[in-house]
Amino acid sequence: MKNLSVALKIARRELRGSASSFRVFLACLALGVAAMAGVGSVSSAMMAGVERDAREILGGDIDIRFSHREATEEQQEWFRQSGRVAETVEMRAMARKSDGDRRTLVELKGVSGSYPLFGAMELENGGSIQEVLAARNGVHGAVIDSSLAARLGLEPGSRLRIGEAEIEVRDIIVKEPDRAVSFASFGPRVMLSNAALPETGLVQRGSLIRFHYRIALAPGTDGAAWIEQTNAKFPDAGWRIRGLDRAAPGFDRFISRVTQFLTLVGLTALLVGGVGIANAVRSFLDRRMATIATLKCLGASTSTVFTAYFIQIMVVASVGIGLGLVFGAVAPLIAGKLVSGMLPFEVPGGIYWGPLLTAGAFGYLTTIAFSLWPLGRAGSVRAAQLFRALIVPPGGRPPGRYILWSAISAAVLAVLVLVTTGDPKLAGSFIAGAVGVLLLFGGGALLIVKAARAVPAPKRPDLRLAVANLHRPGAPTASVILSLGLGLTVLVAIALIEANLSRQLKEQIPEKAPSYFFIDIQPHQVEDFTQTVESVPGITKMERTPMVRGRIVEIAGVPAGERKVDPDVQWTINGDRGLTYAATPPPGTDLVEGEWWPADYKGPPLLSFDAEIARGYGIGIGDTIKLNVLGREITATVKNLRNIEWQSLGMNFVFVFAPGTLEAAPHSIISTVYAETPEAEEAVQRAVTDRFPNVSAIRVKDALENAGRIMDAVGIAIRITASVTLLAGVLVLAGAVISGHQRRIYDAVVLKVLGATRRKVLTAYVMEYGLLGLATSLVSALIGTVIGYLVIALLMRADFAFDAVSVTATAALSTLLTIGLGLVGTWSALSQKAAPLLRNE
Amino acid sequence: MSLIRLSDLHLNLRSGAGEVNILRGIDLDVSEGETVSIVGPSGAGKSTLMMVMGGLEQASSGTVSVAGHDLSRMNEDALAEFRRDTVGIVFQAFRLVPTMTALENVAIPLELAGRTDAFALAAESLERVGLGHRVTHYPDQLSGGEQQRVAIARAFVTRPKLLLADEPTGNLDGATGDRIMELLFELSERHGTTLVLITHDTALAEHCARVISMADGKIVEDTRHRPAPKVSDAGEIADERQSA
Repeated sequence: MKNLSVALKIARRELRGSASSFRVFLACLALGVAAMAGVGSVSSAMMAGVERDAREILGGDIDIRFSHREATEEQQEWFRQSGRVAETVEMRAMARKSDGDRRTLVELKGVSGSYPLFGAMELENGGSIQEVLAARNGVHGAVIDSSLAARLGLEPGSRLRIGEAEIEVRDIIVKEPDRAVSFASFGPRVMLSNAALPETGLVQRGSLIRFHYRIALAPGTDGAAWIEQTNAKFPDAGWRIRGLDRAAPGFDRFISRVTQFLTLVGLTALLVGGVGIANAVRSFLDRRMATIATLKCLGASTSTVFTAYFIQIMVVASVGIGLGLVFGAVAPLIAGKLVSGMLPFEVPGGIYWGPLLTAGAFGYLTTIAFSLWPLGRAGSVRAAQLFRALIVPPGGRPPGRYILWSAISAAVLAVLVLVTTGDPKLAGSFIAGAVGVLLLFGGGALLIVKAARAVPAPKRPDLRLAVANLHRPGAPTASVILSLGLGLTVLVAIALIEANLSRQLKEQIPEKAPSYFFIDIQPHQVEDFTQTVESVPGITKMERTPMVRGRIVEIAGVPAGERKVDPDVQWTINGDRGLTYAATPPPGTDLVEGEWWPADYKGPPLLSFDAEIARGYGIGIGDTIKLNVLGREITATVKNLRNIEWQSLGMNFVFVFAPGTLEAAPHSIISTVYAETPEAEEAVQRAVTDRFPNVSAIRVKDALENAGRIMDAVGIAIRITASVTLLAGVLVLAGAVISGHQRRIYDAVVLKVLGATRRKVLTAYVMEYGLLGLATSLVSALIGTVIGYLVIALLMRADFAFDAVSVTATAALSTLLTIGLGLVGTWSALSQKAAPLLRNE
Repeated sequence: MSLIRLSDLHLNLRSGAGEVNILRGIDLDVSEGETVSIVGPSGAGKSTLMMVMGGLEQASSGTVSVAGHDLSRMNEDALAEFRRDTVGIVFQAFRLVPTMTALENVAIPLELAGRTDAFALAAESLERVGLGHRVTHYPDQLSGGEQQRVAIARAFVTRPKLLLADEPTGNLDGATGDRIMELLFELSERHGTTLVLITHDTALAEHCARVISMADGKIVEDTRHRPAPKVSDAGEIADERQSA
């Protein structure tokens, strides 16, 4: 206790005079904690927003979705008994201005009279949605997205042709309460009343239509119990049923994935900052060596000294963490303002304690893990050195107990990463990656220091000085390469991945992708459709296949919801999947296991399945998959496995059935059409949609452009987050420059005394920082390229091409940054007068 | 009665060039209240000898006994406590803690000893060295002479039995140095403190009751003569010891 009280007094007095030594320490810590607290708080706020507005987002207490078909009379009766019901119908369709020729794919939504059950439909000119959509003089009304109005030149009063119906545009949509939060949509919204749908002629057997029944349950009804009861009542319904807890499952998944990713980015920044923290603590303690030795000489025990300085570090850390947490606390407010209008719900402000506490814990643990080593070492400074003019900081390892405590805090940090990400595989990879990269960069830095020592001394004195400064004892070479290098590596890797993906999306995929997907072709239209397409000049290829949608119910006898599957293939279970059938292997089939069935096969259902997804499910040939197709359950045995090349964007089906199972189910045909020229593309779209109003044309280029836009946005977001890591690296560099400042002044003075001009000294410094920057760039470019290659070639299985421009630009940036920052710190050293310093010495 | 007893003291240090014998068989007895100066050329081992006396350096062989403590058997923390309670040190470079005021600098050894009256005693000690009006000043706001007076106040505040002074006037001009030495001798005498002083200044060395000359890690001459001592009241010494 006595020790603690004296340590506290010493800490207080020491802090009074040395707060400014901690600027870089504060910045590193505040940056990392702010990143983590901000990400966590914004994510919590978004989740809270979804939860708060769950009824509006879901459109009811319950949402039941059917594909291809409506609920049975009995089911509808049950829904009506349970509460108020709103029915909506969603599909894709072609829309065309009645007195114009331009047409476009739209997302069509029909709504019943009770829509919306919760929230309000906001229109530019106000008014009730039901009144706006109602038929006037026999013409039904529609409300549309402003983007469609702009694209087709529509305004309230314009007439729109959808399928076979002519509809009047009545207003522009401002907000649709239950609009799914989605980043990819096939087209703008057109909403009309369900009463108008029959006139369009689009509701046909087998068409890709989704019928939703939203129910506002009677007050006091428990949603989960109702779902259980309803599923038990209609066990073979084949619907997708969601309660308020899964109002926006896709969005929830997206947010939690993004949160995981950004948390790891924040953590990376914090770890890079940790190097800065360690440097700052070490350089602070180096400057306090005389004080520490004096205290020890006056009778302070090693533990009193350690405690006094540990308290100081923790107090400063608390300020840095506090700054970070303040940012984290206001982040939801800022994010709310930024994304308002992009999401169908408000992001609620407020303070989210969970993420703040987590970020704070990370901040403290990082500080402890990175400062114990220098703290422990400083404690062993010998008081006897007070008799010498120069007190040399102790080198080597600190006493064992400090190493042990450093290791324990690093282990607790790892456990916290594991708990926070909630994904042991991801956390494990991150921890292993972090340790690996630290070792890699540490090793790289060591090699460069060794190389600098090993090269024959250059003849030019300034270059010799520069090279010597890279390997002199206490040189910041290793920590700068490590910290700045980490950020740069991420940038190089991202630049390469982006360049490769963009090449794929913009050059390679369009080369082999079809021009159009035509969907909802009725079986009786196939012949006519084929003739229509073939009559257009410039069409090189057409493929068509039947399609019906179904849901996976069981995988190898285990209900799909309970089966543990690889997260990468989870998407196949989340929604409906397209199913097709074929007697012979479709063109381009790459069979990897098993055999194809005989063309005249007639027997129990057999399935040709995607090999990679089978691996993700943990199943193989002979296992069964149960699907619900239009309310009928079909159990099929996997007969063979195929490799699918998704990049071709051709007709790729995960599920291909053997003949004899799906033919009888109501289904439609989809077709891919390859056109030679843009004119042929335009002509085939016009010919098909003129001839078949029920058929929708999806232009692949539009979808690719959409994907390109999403990727660009994601790229920018990732770059911004990577910059956080780079910023942490720059801070470490700045810290190294600041802590080396005294030494620079000394060196500059001695060199000037010995006759070096300022220009000579400056040249030597430029060379030194240039070499340091260049070394950092080299290591980063190398490791970044390897990471980029691994991601593109192994993870995405695409061709990797080295992009020299991105890598060179990043490397140049690093070198310039290092020289720039280095010179800022050196400039004042150059103008230092020699006399005062020499007198002191 | 002996306060310091060194016998067959050796100290060897390893360096890049191999083992260096810094102290080579020192035998020395210093009585309580005695004033001793150590003189000799650079590298003679003067400072090292002083470090050994202060428990700042461990001997390689031989025995070191100070105020009844066998220093060779004590660990680092026990040595720190020994210094706190028994030894005061005045350095050439003052060695004040720059972030602490004069008062705090003087109080710190008492605070380390857990004394609740640390500040009162520190203020008194500063008053005695003539710095009662500078208590709230930081080291960089004080002149060199003032800083050394603070260091002397700090060294005497615990009423140590042994005061080690390493070139205490080395960083000061002649007149200031004289005043500092006067103060040092006066306080040593008043408190009955044994004073061991390293100096290059022969005149200053002659002020001490005994002059030890060192060369090459050995004592080459040990001369006892009476300096011109200032008379002090023996009763006052006893009183002050008790009050500390």
